[in-house]
Amino acid sequence: MKIVVLIKQVPDTTDVKIDPVTNTLKREGVKSVINPFDMYAIEEAVRIKERVGEGEVVVISMGPPQAQEAIREAISLGCDRGILLSDRKFAGSDTWATSYTISQAIRKVGDFKVILCGKQASDGDTAQVGPGVSTHLDIPQVTYVKKIDKIDKTVAVVHRMTEEGYDIVETPLPVVLTVVKEINEPRMPSLKGKMKAKSAQIPVWTADDIACEPDKVGLDGSPTRVMKVFTPPPRGGGQMLKGETEDVSSKLADIIKSVIIG
Amino acid sequence: MDYLLNEQQLMIKELCRKIAREKIAPVAAHYDEANEFAWDIVKVMAESDIMGIYIPEQYGGLGGGVMELAVATEELSWGCGGISLGFAATGLGTFPIILFGNEQQKAKYLPDIASGKKLAAFCLTEAEAGSDAGGIKTTARKEGDYYVLNGTKQWITNGGEAETYTVVAMTDKNKGARGASCFIVEKGYKGISFGKKENKMGIRSSATREVIFTDCKVPKENLLGKEGLGFIVAMRTFDYSRPGVAAQGLGIAQRALDEAIKYSRQRKQFGHSISSFQGIQFMLADMGMAVEASRALIYSAARMIDSGAKDISRASAMSKCFASDTAMRVTTDAVQILGGYGYMKEYPVEKLMRDAKITQIYEGTNQIQRGVIASSLIKESMA
Repeated sequence: MKIVVLIKQVPDTTDVKIDPVTNTLKREGVKSVINPFDMYAIEEAVRIKERVGEGEVVVISMGPPQAQEAIREAISLGCDRGILLSDRKFAGSDTWATSYTISQAIRKVGDFKVILCGKQASDGDTAQVGPGVSTHLDIPQVTYVKKIDKIDKTVAVVHRMTEEGYDIVETPLPVVLTVVKEINEPRMPSLKGKMKAKSAQIPVWTADDIACEPDKVGLDGSPTRVMKVFTPPPRGGGQMLKGETEDVSSKLADIIKSVIIG
Repeated sequence: MDYLLNEQQLMIKELCRKIAREKIAPVAAHYDEANEFAWDIVKVMAESDIMGIYIPEQYGGLGGGVMELAVATEELSWGCGGISLGFAATGLGTFPIILFGNEQQKAKYLPDIASGKKLAAFCLTEAEAGSDAGGIKTTARKEGDYYVLNGTKQWITNGGEAETYTVVAMTDKNKGARGASCFIVEKGYKGISFGKKENKMGIRSSATREVIFTDCKVPKENLLGKEGLGFIVAMRTFDYSRPGVAAQGLGIAQRALDEAIKYSRQRKQFGHSISSFQGIQFMLADMGMAVEASRALIYSAARMIDSGAKDISRASAMSKCFASDTAMRVTTDAVQILGGYGYMKEYPVEKLMRDAKITQIYEGTNQIQRGVIASSLIKESMA
């Protein structure tokens, strides 16, 4: 059973630098890590393989050549092999172009049953690439998965986290699952995994390798334009009403009125 | 300092450091307080392939030696000098098999230890036989295809938790030290039982118990080497394991130094960080030098042992004695630098001081080490 994990290398810092011209993230020269949510996807992929008793975990990342390091780390954590999607033509991709590109790579990998990724990346925070991939591949998706109850080669039963609790969803395979951190506790790398990762060959696939249509990748293939990146103003502090219940409740009623009616 | 570790050793160091920081340190105070064995951490070490790093590759290990054991023990002990013993004391219990086991014994026992499925323990000390190992009272009587063991071993690290025990017992009481033999005893054998869990000053997250043999039948193929080799097995084992104790002390000392530096930069008195005061600086400098000297000595001794050199007892004893004395002094100084906070359990340094003490005592007291060192020096001068 082939399981694909999608990971993204993100800056390991809260002080992210923005390119003032393109308004996109500056990635070069910043220490990078695997997107924290993707760590749970890696762990879950390895667990599914262990659970089913056979299979292969293929990790795919799209990014600059140094994203190879993220793929190596994923291999040290139990993934079997990795593929890097890297091409100058991919530069400036938005979530639409990225999910198209990744879906093309997954098609080339072929014969996949489960595609896992973190619920969102810690840099862009869009949570769109996972669902985008499922759309491009025309297969089902379940987002915010916090537990896999049952999985075999044809069907999975998963818990999808909601604000109030969770839904239990049964889905045919293949499927895209985006996971939340409640799903597992990622393991430590193993020495044998680290050695395997060090010597692993990580093929780099370009736009031509995965038969991308030129107008669907990179900046040209991206309908999104970032107009401005800014820090939202901090929320104003709350107001505490103190005193006798009766006074407080009438004051509260006044405030509500003033907010609603103005 | 750069000790020119090879790629594999660097990997071990990096991984053990990660485990110590992310998995061990956060739970160290809990297990210390609870006096409880940290099986969940042993599981992490097993899954990370740490448990077999010093075991030959053909038995499922990574094929390293004392150097790899020392590097790992140092890093793990930074997190907790008690929890690290699940790994390091298993090394002590396993060396008799690695060094003296025959092919069948190695094939039977080493793979499960390498994978972390089973822990090991070494059983030598008794109530009346500590530094004087010649006082051993536990007997092994040959009966047909078995040896029948009777006696009580004391203060056995990993006792009760380990599945595989290497046990020194007397096969011929009349021969004194030459009448001792070493056996592999499985926890599942009839006649082996465990005494109460000791309530210790430090390394409280490691299991220390009596191991009691009552007509315990051990198959004769579990004899290590030959009858009468027991003391040679024990002494050779200690030559290999003492750098591990030294590394345990080193990890504890390094942690104490790190905590002392961190605290001295934060703590302000008379309007300045206390790290700006010469009195504190001189203490930190002395601590730093001693820690680095320990590391240099341990790595040198470990490399010498792994090279197959013959006379390793002196180097091994030097590393153990120097590093454990350093651990005691550096942890005591760390408590001093943290002052009243250092004496409180809210801060990690009082535990480091308690944990450090045992490294001067077990696997041969530091007085015994000095005896080993001195007799080696004198013998050499006479040659």
